[in-house]
Amino acid sequence: MEATTVKASTPQRRRSRGLSERRLAGYMLTPSLVLIALVAAYPIVYAVWLSLHDYSVRVPGLKRWDIGGNYVEALTSADFWEAFRTTFVFTGVSVFLELLLGIAMALCMHSAFKGQGALRTIVLVPWAVLTVVTAMMWRTIFQPDLGFVTSMLSTFGLPGADIVWLGEDGWALAVMIFADVWKTAPFMALLLLAGLQVIPEDVYDAAKVDGATAWQRFVRITLPLLRPAILVALIFRTLDALRIFDLPFVLTRGAHGTNTLSLLAYQELQQNRIIGLGSALSVLTFLIVMTVSLVYIRFVGGNIRALTEE
Amino acid sequence: MEAAGVSQEAAGRPAVATRGRRRRRRSKTHPLLWVGVALIVLFCLFPFYWLVNVSLKTGPELSAADLLPPSPSLDNYRSIFQNDDFTNGLRNSAIVAFTVTIVSLVFGSFAAYALARLRIRGKFWMLAIILSVTTFPGIAIAAPLFKLWSDVGLYNTLVGLVIPYITFALPLSIYILVSFFREIPKDLEEAALVDGATHFQAFTKVVIPLAAPGIATAGILCFIFAWNEFLLAITLTSSPSARTVPAAIAYFTGSTDYEEPLGTISAASVTISIPLIVLVLLFQKRIVAGLTSGAVKG
Repeated sequence: MEATTVKASTPQRRRSRGLSERRLAGYMLTPSLVLIALVAAYPIVYAVWLSLHDYSVRVPGLKRWDIGGNYVEALTSADFWEAFRTTFVFTGVSVFLELLLGIAMALCMHSAFKGQGALRTIVLVPWAVLTVVTAMMWRTIFQPDLGFVTSMLSTFGLPGADIVWLGEDGWALAVMIFADVWKTAPFMALLLLAGLQVIPEDVYDAAKVDGATAWQRFVRITLPLLRPAILVALIFRTLDALRIFDLPFVLTRGAHGTNTLSLLAYQELQQNRIIGLGSALSVLTFLIVMTVSLVYIRFVGGNIRALTEE
Repeated sequence: MEAAGVSQEAAGRPAVATRGRRRRRRSKTHPLLWVGVALIVLFCLFPFYWLVNVSLKTGPELSAADLLPPSPSLDNYRSIFQNDDFTNGLRNSAIVAFTVTIVSLVFGSFAAYALARLRIRGKFWMLAIILSVTTFPGIAIAAPLFKLWSDVGLYNTLVGLVIPYITFALPLSIYILVSFFREIPKDLEEAALVDGATHFQAFTKVVIPLAAPGIATAGILCFIFAWNEFLLAITLTSSPSARTVPAAIAYFTGSTDYEEPLGTISAASVTISIPLIVLVLLFQKRIVAGLTSGAVKG
């Protein structure tokens, strides 16, 4: 723009501003967008392409088009449906327990005294422990014979001391759920605590004056006002739980009814080297997760809009 | 949507202080609260304590469930630090996590500034798409990346890990930084622009210093993500030379083959958790603010 301006100072200022805003925005956004397109979007497209081919096991590299064959194979296999069921049972139960425990912990922390900072730090410890370490830890605690749980049960003469926790259908999944609840309920509690802290105290005072019991106050005031925070936390945790991989990998390698969708796809791809089927499985996992993700994005849409509006 | 936008304010000091005083009055009437607090502390800390406990035991002590190690010994720790697979893993993890953090902060703060402040079209969709990447299941990109990396020679290299990690850490840092940048008053930048600064100078000289807490938050969460990641770490590497610690300990056997590796695995697990626990101890407030600000998970 060669603006013909009257004031002497204006063109000078223009020139010193350098790039136009749009240009600058382009330069600033390009590295991130290119990287995301190349390393997140492109692989997904490639995975779809791989999943539409049939691969020869004997001749590496030999492949032919096979539209839908791998998907038919995946969707008719017992393994897929078992992993599907396990993933959803795991997600449903663990997210539900995390919510209950998260609310309880958040309420407790909210009404606590000085030392709330210390309590928050303590609550962050499970969140900070690596998922792999969490799995190792619970594997140690639930070990048969010398693990903490088994020896406590036998010391107190309680039933269950002979259970091989990670070696039995049902129990193995229960331990996996327990480990996940331990690691993420505190995270849920922190999200909910943030929601609790913005509920004005006056509302409670008014309800007290009107003679509402503590339970009534919780059901009629706290829960409705906490709803947005609860929904975000729930969607968030659901997205994470549906992708679960580390826990079953370390705890059981997917044995005893703990094989999840991500782990099944991994096994076909990495261990069995069945690229077509494995890719089909990972595409299916992707679609399942993205369905929930759309709900999430819709839900935080207002927030995104608020962050990007002028 | 209040829940996501609101929390930074909730983490702010003044609100907490006034409410804290009011709460103390209430807590006297509820001694049960202390039971609740004690349960929370026990629930959160005991399992990790148990791991520390096991890591200090050796030999036959390992097969007894004592709450305290009868004769605490650091032998397990000594042995893991003599294990090349483990020390390589630590070194790889440190290199990967620091690189990912720095690159994600630099690119992330550029992108976040453009999205937060510059007048361009399509910002809503850009941020929505960027954010949706954080929800991608790792397995869906692991397999194609494995093939791609094998073809271009990035398989089993640290660069091969750093690139996809940045892709996942970037959206996280962009989202957190956008919300922090938007809280900086526009007047300060405008003053700089009036004084003849370019937009880019306003960004580097005014916005960045003021957003330092937000940058620290985003950096910590990126670091924790990269330190924690497991699926890509085992899919895209095949030997200890490129494995990060989570992958290394998944393949851990004791220092000698006949030894029950429980003690050494526990010691390794405790060791790799320490950097993150230190971060939590130092930056609790920042981390909570980051986690709740966009309700974006680390």
